[in-house]
Amino acid sequence: MTIVYWAAYGMLGAGALLALVRLGMGPSLLDRVVATDTLLVIIAAGLAVHAGLERDPTVVPVLVVVSLLAFVGSVSVARYIGGMLVGSADDGQDVGLPEAAEERAARAGEAPR
Amino acid sequence: MSALEMVRDAVAIVLLLLGTFLCLTAGLGLVRFPDVLTRMHAGTKPQVLGVLLIMVGAAIRLQGWSATWMLLLVAVFQMLTAPVSAHMISRVAYRRRHVRRDRLMVDELNSGGGVRDRVYQGDEPADAPPEQPGAALAKSREEDEAR
Repeated sequence: MTIVYWAAYGMLGAGALLALVRLGMGPSLLDRVVATDTLLVIIAAGLAVHAGLERDPTVVPVLVVVSLLAFVGSVSVARYIGGMLVGSADDGQDVGLPEAAEERAARAGEAPR
Repeated sequence: MSALEMVRDAVAIVLLLLGTFLCLTAGLGLVRFPDVLTRMHAGTKPQVLGVLLIMVGAAIRLQGWSATWMLLLVAVFQMLTAPVSAHMISRVAYRRRHVRRDRLMVDELNSGGGVRDRVYQGDEPADAPPEQPGAALAKSREEDEAR
């Protein structure tokens, strides 16, 4: 049972840590939104794992709230960014904005992996 | 502990461990993948399959109808909301140029730089319709005919 605890919480913790790394590195706001979304899902999964392993149903309502929160957060940020868009006339992308940092880095030869 | 209980616990623990493994792969994919769309692909792995596995595992271990119904609620809610948020984020990512277009095999949103309808572009914000819909539609038709 101890091995199961270590494996489960270890994998959850590593996943959350890597999501935090992406949250800190960016490079764009949308990457951070995706990372936050994933982080909240991992937190919800951790609560459910705790409830399952300890047979402790008190955290189950918290789970509902956390999963609601993840959706509301990512959709509201996406709406906020989308609200700033100016219509484009040619290729369906926004006008007058710089190209993606990822694309620039790829052209410089050092593709971030 | 009877044999049935042991089998039940073993199944639940295997499901929980599979779910946590999916959480780990999501973190790895988030760090290693190159742009927003691919990161979203990795990040939504635990959002549906991982959450489902963990909810089933926890429901087997908890053995109470109230907890089971609430876990079912969480799972259904995740499956309803994941496509919505993914759609919104990916649309904004495409229009904000956060997509690596050199890595796309098919780009159906790109009309190739040709002339496009200037009145209705297909995804205006719902709260900002044309000021005079009738006149806008007529103008749109005119542009189509002149093309």
